Amino acid sequence: MSAAAIGKDLLGLEHLTPEQITLILDTAVPFKEISERAIKKVPTLRGMTIVNLFFEASTRTRISFEFAEKRLSADTVNVAASGSSVSKGETLVDTARNLEAMKIDMVVIRHQGSGAARFLADRIQSNVINAGDGTHEHPTQGLLDLLTLRERFGTLSGVRVCLCGDVLHSRVARSNLWGLQKLGAEVAVCGPRSLLPNAIDELGVRVFSRIEEAIEWAQALNILRLQLERMQAGYIPSLREYNRVFGVTRERLERAPRDIVIMHPGPMNRGVEIDSDVADGPHSVILDQVTNGVAVRMAVLYLLAGGRPELAEAAKG
Amino acid sequence: MAYWRSMSAPTILLNAAAVGRTVRRMAEEIVELFDGTEGLILVGIQRRGVQLAQRIGAVIEQTEGVSVPRGALDITLYRDDLQTVGPRPLVGKTDLPWAIDGKRLVIVDDVLHTGRTIRAALDELADFGRPARIALAVLVDRGGRELPIHADIVGKTVEVPPEGRVDVQVSDLDGVDAVLVNRGSQG
Repeated sequence: MSAAAIGKDLLGLEHLTPEQITLILDTAVPFKEISERAIKKVPTLRGMTIVNLFFEASTRTRISFEFAEKRLSADTVNVAASGSSVSKGETLVDTARNLEAMKIDMVVIRHQGSGAARFLADRIQSNVINAGDGTHEHPTQGLLDLLTLRERFGTLSGVRVCLCGDVLHSRVARSNLWGLQKLGAEVAVCGPRSLLPNAIDELGVRVFSRIEEAIEWAQALNILRLQLERMQAGYIPSLREYNRVFGVTRERLERAPRDIVIMHPGPMNRGVEIDSDVADGPHSVILDQVTNGVAVRMAVLYLLAGGRPELAEAAKG
Repeated sequence: MAYWRSMSAPTILLNAAAVGRTVRRMAEEIVELFDGTEGLILVGIQRRGVQLAQRIGAVIEQTEGVSVPRGALDITLYRDDLQTVGPRPLVGKTDLPWAIDGKRLVIVDDVLHTGRTIRAALDELADFGRPARIALAVLVDRGGRELPIHADIVGKTVEVPPEGRVDVQVSDLDGVDAVLVNRGSQG
């Protein structure tokens, strides 16, 4: 197993092999213990500089990456679009090249444009990690969901997972879908037809139009955040209506033939896609997801960073 | 693995019975060195050091009638060559669930060579706390030190040139207890 095993960048799960995904998950397991220590820090990435380049608002993901970076002893700089030269009209590539001229090693990027991470990765030397690009992918969220499910079920093979809600606009859904299918899980989606991609049938997933059917089938529900601006855009009639038809409620779960693991990538709209009883209930692993997020990001940083054989050759010479 | 092809056949340095005797003697020497088992924690280095620490701990429990905590330490993230090694080494489990401040620790490893693993282990333990004493017990000391590190307790000393290999096998992982030595490619 080598660094080349996952490549220079992490842009998405769609093009990773099952072995590469498993390597990341296996690496994340021992990293969980570091966050339990009194001194939550190992010297592994000492001397490396990582820029967190966030063109979109984010709390959880940015903080999670920052914890992961700091616990591996990297030096970090946060750049937000507002208050930076981006708001003066600088292009993405110019921003990144300027950062690179200051000798950085890695860029973690969140951007509203689908494909922004790849665009950047093709143009700079540093490792690039996609922290969410438009409606394309959010690979570290996908990986932490896979890790959380694997912890719960021991395996992903044959586990029935339903992605609920706004699949159309969700990069979390896309990363989950690729990752789950590669590791052998059975995947379904459930949501209003207006929030499901047109070609959803071609992805080899089950489609449920009623949440009750999804609950009857699934062992785990990954409940996507309903972005509130979707209502203004006319995708759904109203939030109350959405909750009445698609909300995951305690009453609905009580009718399920089995206990269902409840996941949500956050931030939650309590009372819309998920009820408080469910979010805080005994089968919710929502906070485990957050804990696993730090470990998964540490694993990705570890696997991408360093390990440069040419330095070893130079040292020998 | 490719390295075997370029090497002469390995010779057996210790067979299963000899490994058993050596482990028992090392256990005795640890108790003697510390004048008892008060505050003793055995810390095995992943992976075969962990197995050896288990064995040594079991012997001490038998002879002294006390239980001895045994932890595991993975030093991968503290290696000094992470920026230069090609393949990313797999990270193993670290399991040290006790406060180690004021305790008496014995680092247990299979082979002592350059000393760099032990340097990493000492750095990692310093991040866990401040033990009263740290000692080092190794099954085989093969020489070739690159750092000022020595073992307090040694099962077997053997000089092996840098190009040679020492492989410790333990029954839990390898199905058999043995120490094999290959002196290098001259044969």
